[in-house]
Amino acid sequence: MTDAVSTVDVPRAAPVRGESRLRAAAHLAFPFLVVGAMWEITAHAGVFPARLFPPLEDIAAAFWRLTVAGILPRHVAETLLRLFAGFVLAGVIGVTVGIAMGRSKRAEDYLLPLVSIGAPIPGIAYAPLIMLWFGLGNFSAILIVGFVSAFPVIFNTWTGVKAVKEIWVRSALVMGADQHRLFRHVILPGALPYIFTGLRLGLAQAWRILVVVELLAAVPWGLGWLIFGAREFLNTDVMLAGVAVIGMIGLALEKLVFERLEHYTVVRWGMMQS
Amino acid sequence: MIGSLPVSDRTRSILRGSIAVLAVAACYEATARSGWFAPALLPTLQKVTATLWVMILDGTMLHHAAMTLYRMLCGFALAIVVGLPLGIMMGRFRPIERFFMPLASALMPIPSLAWVPVFILWFGLGNTVSILIVFYAALFPMMLNAWSGVRSVNQLWLRAAGAMGANENAMFWKVILPGASPFIITGLRQAFLRAWIAVVGAEMLASSDWGLGWVIYDAKEFLNADVMIASLVVIGAIGFTFERLVFGSIERATVQRWGMVRAAKA
Repeated sequence: MTDAVSTVDVPRAAPVRGESRLRAAAHLAFPFLVVGAMWEITAHAGVFPARLFPPLEDIAAAFWRLTVAGILPRHVAETLLRLFAGFVLAGVIGVTVGIAMGRSKRAEDYLLPLVSIGAPIPGIAYAPLIMLWFGLGNFSAILIVGFVSAFPVIFNTWTGVKAVKEIWVRSALVMGADQHRLFRHVILPGALPYIFTGLRLGLAQAWRILVVVELLAAVPWGLGWLIFGAREFLNTDVMLAGVAVIGMIGLALEKLVFERLEHYTVVRWGMMQS
Repeated sequence: MIGSLPVSDRTRSILRGSIAVLAVAACYEATARSGWFAPALLPTLQKVTATLWVMILDGTMLHHAAMTLYRMLCGFALAIVVGLPLGIMMGRFRPIERFFMPLASALMPIPSLAWVPVFILWFGLGNTVSILIVFYAALFPMMLNAWSGVRSVNQLWLRAAGAMGANENAMFWKVILPGASPFIITGLRQAFLRAWIAVVGAEMLASSDWGLGWVIYDAKEFLNADVMIASLVVIGAIGFTFERLVFGSIERATVQRWGMVRAAKA
């Protein structure tokens, strides 16, 4: 989600142990305290109706109530399931098509125009059409998510396979690698940093539209459905709790899933600096 | 087949590309005409073209596109006005970075479209919601790219400029801003792509009369698949035009001319 940021490597002064860790935590917490305090003051001042602008304790209470009742975990589970089903679809199709396009000139010639035509249309715009064709429900939601996140995967895999150094391919061939081993030991590891970037961007895209797709596809459970459903009853506290959960999941996907995955593969193989 | 023809690589690529596009179009047309599916759901290409033509001629499509562009550009401009200076200041001044960076990292993973229901409650249906959603979507790529651009300006250039007697003002306009410009332009591009997705999604949910997102969503109710596909074509065409023509020429006029990045080989 922050592909442009992570590439910059600016040296920082090494933090001193002990006291400075506390200070770092204080620095991290300070902006949130300021914004939280401003929110509280606005909410309690009664400028806006409390129903529309609930104080933070109401949001926390709504979060706790829904979690204890088991409603929120179920919404989260369904949303994640949908996200991963769509994402796996996109990953399989995207990596296959991308590798084919990178390896074979013929496949590139045939597929590139099709992919370039589909890519500039925002995925969300296809959603009503796909729902018209395949009906409401999970199948359409997963299909839309898969379709949308396939494009960045295709483009990045394609670039990655083409960016594998020609000299590596030639030396592997000279040393007697057959096509299978060439692919497995040279091309795949070489292209993997790009493939990961593509998967990351694809997941971020999928995450960005899944919320709306859930509403449009009228699925019975899901975070998108939770916040849009809460609007009907003016439950702003539930909506904001839902938005907060969405943010936390987004952050967790990035930090826990991708950074780990990257660490275990490309960084360990020395393809990329952590 | 084509591989054996005595033509150049480039011609062969174009030939193969057109064959692929034509083949997909022919498949679609054959399915549409076969009568397996209701014609309302799967209109023939001829019907889609006719609908598009009629909608362009009577001005409705232009009105939809104009409304969408208006909302998008308002939100996008707002995001530049706020995000660019903020990002640059975050790159220049440590306290500002310390204050805004944690907030940005916390807000960024929330998809802009998740705010739509909240914003509808706060601001009512209409343009404000769409513009604010676009603003939210475009703000973070703009800000973070400006921030990393400023931070990645070569230290050597700063010292050289300082040694040659540049004051703060000259340093900013002559060194930092051009140095950060490749990142800033990447930020503009990313922000535009996000904004374009956001505006279509926001219009589906929050507008009630005009807009390309709204017309697609509304056409679903009346099973007008031809209108939907026609609007998709327009959305794709606008996105493509901006990406290639507008940002491509900005890039050529600035960073490529200044030698900051090299043009991709044709």
